[in-house]
Amino acid sequence: MTDPIVRPPKKDPQKVTRPPELPPLQRSRAALAMSAAASRGAFELQCCKACGAWMYPARDACPRCLSVDLAWKPAPDGGEVIAETTIRTTVDLYFRQRTPWRVAMVRLDCGPSVVCHLHGDVEVPGRVRMTAQLDKGGNAVIMALPAKRTPNMADDPEFRELTASPKHRRVLVTDGRTAVGQAVVEALVNAGAALVFVGIAEPWKPYPGEDRLKAHENVQTFALDLTDTTSVQDLAGEIGGKTDILINTADHVRPGGILSAPGMITAKDSFDVNVFGLQRLAQAFGPGMVGRGADGTNSAAAFLDVLPVYALANTPDFGIHSATAAARLSMLQCLRSEMRAGGVRVMSVFTGPIEDDWRQPVPPPKVAPAQIARAVIAALEGGIEDSFVGDVAKDVATRFRQDAKVLERELGA
Amino acid sequence: MRETTTMNGDALLLALAAGIRGGGVRVVDLTHTLAPDFPVMVLPPEFGQCQPFRMEEVSRYDARGPGWYWNTITMSEHAGTHFDAPAHWISGRNLPAGTVDDLPLDRLVAPVVVLDYSAESAADEDFLLTRAHLEAWEAENGEIEPGSWVLFRTDWSKHLGSDKYLNLRADGAHSPGPAADAVEFLVKDRDIIGFGTETIGTDAGQGTHLEPPYPAHFILHGNGRYGLQCLAGLDQLPARGAILFAAPLKIRHGSGSPLRVLALVPASDDA
Amino acid sequence: MTRIRTIPRRPYENVAVAVPVSIPYVRYSVESAHWWIARALGELTKRAGLAPADIDGLSVSSFTLSPDTAVGLTQHLGLSPRWLDNIPMGGASGVVALRRAARAVEAGDATIVACVGGDANQVDSFRKLLSSFSRFAQDASYPYGYGGPNGSFALLTDHYMRHFGARREDFGKICVDQRTNALGYPHAIMKKPLTMEDYLGARAIADPIHLFDCVMPCAGSEAFLVTTLDIARDLGLPHARLAATIERHNAFADDPIQMRGGWAMDVDELYAMAGMAPDDIDLVETYDDYPVIVMMQFEDLGFCKKGEGPDFVRSHSFTNDGSFPQNTSGGQLSAGQAGAGGGYLGLVEALRQVTQTALSKQVPDARTALVSGFGMINYDRGLCSGAAILEGVAP
Repeated sequence: MTDPIVRPPKKDPQKVTRPPELPPLQRSRAALAMSAAASRGAFELQCCKACGAWMYPARDACPRCLSVDLAWKPAPDGGEVIAETTIRTTVDLYFRQRTPWRVAMVRLDCGPSVVCHLHGDVEVPGRVRMTAQLDKGGNAVIMALPAKRTPNMADDPEFRELTASPKHRRVLVTDGRTAVGQAVVEALVNAGAALVFVGIAEPWKPYPGEDRLKAHENVQTFALDLTDTTSVQDLAGEIGGKTDILINTADHVRPGGILSAPGMITAKDSFDVNVFGLQRLAQAFGPGMVGRGADGTNSAAAFLDVLPVYALANTPDFGIHSATAAARLSMLQCLRSEMRAGGVRVMSVFTGPIEDDWRQPVPPPKVAPAQIARAVIAALEGGIEDSFVGDVAKDVATRFRQDAKVLERELGA
Repeated sequence: MRETTTMNGDALLLALAAGIRGGGVRVVDLTHTLAPDFPVMVLPPEFGQCQPFRMEEVSRYDARGPGWYWNTITMSEHAGTHFDAPAHWISGRNLPAGTVDDLPLDRLVAPVVVLDYSAESAADEDFLLTRAHLEAWEAENGEIEPGSWVLFRTDWSKHLGSDKYLNLRADGAHSPGPAADAVEFLVKDRDIIGFGTETIGTDAGQGTHLEPPYPAHFILHGNGRYGLQCLAGLDQLPARGAILFAAPLKIRHGSGSPLRVLALVPASDDA
Repeated sequence: MTRIRTIPRRPYENVAVAVPVSIPYVRYSVESAHWWIARALGELTKRAGLAPADIDGLSVSSFTLSPDTAVGLTQHLGLSPRWLDNIPMGGASGVVALRRAARAVEAGDATIVACVGGDANQVDSFRKLLSSFSRFAQDASYPYGYGGPNGSFALLTDHYMRHFGARREDFGKICVDQRTNALGYPHAIMKKPLTMEDYLGARAIADPIHLFDCVMPCAGSEAFLVTTLDIARDLGLPHARLAATIERHNAFADDPIQMRGGWAMDVDELYAMAGMAPDDIDLVETYDDYPVIVMMQFEDLGFCKKGEGPDFVRSHSFTNDGSFPQNTSGGQLSAGQAGAGGGYLGLVEALRQVTQTALSKQVPDARTALVSGFGMINYDRGLCSGAAILEGVAP
């Protein structure tokens, strides 16, 4: 049984922070498809379209029939662990920092044998449930988990490397003025976050939910205006060194497109919060987080952005807002690559239209703040890079993967 | 005549320079520091918004510019301590010389009268300055001369940094300001250059509920007069006898501008 | 589909193996693979009484020649062979090089083939070598704890122990006896005796693999010469006759984990071609990067049945004067692993033993030797296997 991790003691100021190392990064192009599936929380393997054989590792041709017509598909996740080892010595700098490291050979129910990470609660030989997770280098790795849940299962040190669990971590939520921000704060507290820092823009303006927000133990509010570089830098100067997870819930939303909402000011305001605000946060907090990517139990773990699913394709009723979302997504892709140096995950939680004042004319289904909060926690605890919250977001994502151009026509009709 | 004026002007300026240098005349700053956290006017969110002051560093003796430090600043014309030109309001939209690039220069340097209602404002956050108050003030202090700036002292600038400055509640902002009859009186009967306040606008926090709405903006600008807001340091000015320097940036077709507001004040005896 | 009839293999009629060369290993060296290979070829020609120009066939195995291959090496070393081979098969390289060279000599494609395997070992070069080993390893093995070969063989060993009841002591016996053999071999890297207590008490590397289950990477090279029996005799070289060989790749791909090597598919042909049985073999040189694979070779090469490896070990001794002389110069476990040279170590040692020119303790009356090769953990298992039987020719 996994020992529950305990809240780490205060850091010894004389100790050197463990430098972030990354697990082996190189992958073949074929193997990247497994990472793409894992980024959405899916366990997919290649299957031959000609003969139906499952295969692993990633290939360019079927080892049964030599067909090159292969597809990545959700694979049965059951298997039998047939051998194990505990690596105690390695020349790899990442694993050297983390030995002993348990590894297994699992025979999948669908055929192939898989070398994988092995959860501490698995007995050998025995049944396991396989999961594909992104490691700190952003690549998919397979881990064998106990077939049935065990106590403190998420606290397994190998599994925790593959997630950004908020447990015992200190989290900044960038916009506490909104219902979404407040729901996320509440969910973080319930998920065991050590401290939740909450940014409040223009604190002299009252906002609903203020009293409830401030009543939480372990919640601290700070002035934070994403449009003000100084404000973001000031806050980073204050709490940047202990921000383990940053969750950006800010979103400046106004209806209107390019012709239907004339002028530049509202668009500039939207871009200033949604795009440049994200950039300011990343520039102020990113370097510190990268430096603390391997800093023990409460290492810096994730930079998570809650953004509209219309980042994938424009919905003209909220055309400018969609444009900011697309720019925001592009920023996140850039940041993901840059934050990789510290093993800090850059995650996206894509939402459909939120139930709020601005989306009153938008027909249901709409997403409730609590739903988003649950998705944020699930993304962190599951190490899921791209989550889609609500029926609309899931629908848009599915259509996007089928054909982005068709989706454009559908949304613009 | 021309020679006399020049002579007089020389003497006057020499005397002024001597006064400033020698202590007889004090220069008082009536301006707040432009900073990102300086609040701006709050409008319903569906309207275009007032962009607060923002500053991005271009370089600071670093790779972006090894030998020099400079910034790019952005803001609304109506951010920080700022000047409202007649064209700012719909009532002044058709007036000549209504924008900041086209103002008569002799109006930018003028005598200033300071009305101290700080005690009343402390007692009543929605204090309204009425014509009756002005008549009472004149009875005590003498008549306001034509061509003066009139500044409304409430000590509200001292609330900057606390929620009280904007004093926003569910029913809007609460801060002192002038009633319509007071503005009418100052414009029509006293021919002032403009009206200045320590609050976020020339109107009261609840000014939208007056008749006409925002009477200071409506009447001042409709009659070609100016506004100054977010002033500071009014407690350093005498009721009369000071000269105000309030020259906005020369922005083509600009409706207003942040500016440095200075006053020349006779040094008090204890100074 | 038409069923294809397998063509029967022709026996080797006239192939001699001669001039066993071992350039003494060092743990770390600043020298390049080119340097180590040149030394082996220099020694080979000198001892054969030949000029470099006499070498008209060259077979090279090395992991550390990059960016060169055997081609670049010809110009680098001033050789002009009419037959050239590059064998990237790690531990199977020696046997496979011999197979290829033998047929080239028989066909007249070459007269004197120099077979050489060796590698550099500079500080940190092992780490760099691992990181570019294979696509499957890169995609599906290194990201899991990066145990390298230790991790892969730990899994095989763990499975073998669970399945067939092998104990650490059984593997220990193989290692201890090989160390005894190494103490008589002047070039062995390991110079200190190893006791069972030392073996069992060593630190864990990747459970159940412990320190003395692992080879020590080092720099060095090995070489031998392949020609016809009459040329070898004319040159006055002690030599052996090549009696039989086998080779197999990616055997038993459906086994969930490696429990047997490719030898098991072809071992009958090996003995049939040689006209021998396992009992006719005087000494065995197994490929021993880890003792579990030695045990599998005892089974797969017909010395005992599958699963009887542990019992076989318990009932034999593996020293040069023991009941089953095995890895008579200490094997890689005690002599060291000079990269691809490790795939030559056993072959070169067997050649010395059957020509009665051993540097280690001479196995009494050694005439026949079985040499086995195994290599390339591409992902989860070794893919290449091969074996050869040599028979010493009386001078």
